[in-house]
Amino acid sequence: MAGYVTNLLLLALLVFILVLVIRTRRLFPVVVLAGAYSLVSAAMFVNLDAVDVAFTEAAVGAGISTVLFLAAMAYLPGIEKTPPEAKGIGHILPALIICIIAGLLLVAAAIELPPVGDPTAPPHVHVAPRYLEESGSFLHIPNVVTTVLASYRGFDTFGEVVVVFTAGLGVLVLLAGFTRTARIAKSGKTGIDGGEGDDA
Amino acid sequence: MIGPVAQILESWNYLVVIALMMGGLFIVISQNNLVKKLVGLAIFQTSVFIFYISVGKMAGGTAPILTDGPETLYSNPLPHVLILTAIVVGVATTALGLALVLRIHAAFGSIEDDEVLAMKAEAAEPRARRGGDMGDAV
Amino acid sequence: MLDNPILRVTAKILFAPIIIFGLYVQFHGDYGPGGGFQAGVIIAAAFILHSLIFGLEAGRRLVPGWANLAMLACGVLIYGGVGVAGMMLDGLFLDYNVLASDASKGQHYGILLVEFGVGLTVTGVMLALFHAFAGFVEADYAATEDE
Repeated sequence: MAGYVTNLLLLALLVFILVLVIRTRRLFPVVVLAGAYSLVSAAMFVNLDAVDVAFTEAAVGAGISTVLFLAAMAYLPGIEKTPPEAKGIGHILPALIICIIAGLLLVAAAIELPPVGDPTAPPHVHVAPRYLEESGSFLHIPNVVTTVLASYRGFDTFGEVVVVFTAGLGVLVLLAGFTRTARIAKSGKTGIDGGEGDDA
Repeated sequence: MIGPVAQILESWNYLVVIALMMGGLFIVISQNNLVKKLVGLAIFQTSVFIFYISVGKMAGGTAPILTDGPETLYSNPLPHVLILTAIVVGVATTALGLALVLRIHAAFGSIEDDEVLAMKAEAAEPRARRGGDMGDAV
Repeated sequence: MLDNPILRVTAKILFAPIIIFGLYVQFHGDYGPGGGFQAGVIIAAAFILHSLIFGLEAGRRLVPGWANLAMLACGVLIYGGVGVAGMMLDGLFLDYNVLASDASKGQHYGILLVEFGVGLTVTGVMLALFHAFAGFVEADYAATEDE
């Protein structure tokens, strides 16, 4: 019961942070709020028995991701120029309609799902019992998440590592040697600046 | 509590997670600022993670780290593994998006997508010529 | 930040324990929460803290760019290498059972090596990302100053 109440409180906190993110104009608070969102969801993961996931989310989502955003924000403008609400309801109405329709469709699907924690739900009766059983009796490794990650689903994890590697290389390619690109862009940028001047 | 109320309370997690997901999607669609769009995307992503972990929860279970007790109930480890890797991949791809935003700012001097699109439309004519210039500069 | 003695001393004291904790998470991942992904991020966090306090130059002297790139690639190579080693020993790709005399031991070795590869790649990527983003600003300021 205590777990259920904690769950509700944390979900309410997540909704609160989400509303703040939507309403905040300055980007520094937005970035920090995104970190807070990750930290609260890490607390939720602990409450839902996913300690490994909580560990990762706290270190990656709340730590590294926030640091990266802040490092980029040192260079980017710190405030949103024109809030979409200021342009009239017509600007946010399409987005609102799309989100409400998609949300209703998802709700219609979600109420058919087995309740949270139901031991007879399909995800719990298929392969998970085998992982839990063999990890103790055959592999003698207590942390089942590690065995599934590295052994049973080794291919999957290999793919993920390659994706992380590729994304890292992609960032390096995009940002490395930027000094030279900056000069080239500046020499061509006057045309764009002139265009902007005509606007104003 | 039998009937719809009980049903809603039992799948409460799913309903709130859907609301959070749609909030993230709303940010991605409606906001013009590219950094805010990325934050919306991260929120959307984290909400999906919460959904997966909720699916893996077992009532009365504990974390899937085996103990000596033979009758212990464990939560499902499979969603944990999927989300564990997805979080790290998520930050790597978010960083890639952020790098693109930095380059967009360097090229256009703005991170508002409507301004960038307007500039692109205005620069569409001399753009081809400028491409040639850039080639010469290299 | 460079001149604040409190931050400098704290960073010096914390640097080694964070790395030790990262290694603990890495190699104790079989028995408790943890593993390569988490350990990689924690170890990278130690180096990022160092760079934040003592400057990017000092960070790059500690882990040069080429070493960072080597970490990225070596992690993936170790992971793939364990898979290929399984094939060499008449098993399937990523089949750890054949790595040692009995299957259970082979799984232990395989998981340990694979997690090490994951940790190396994640450390390298996180560190490279940080330096790419933090160094980007400096590169751009340098470009503006030149003109």
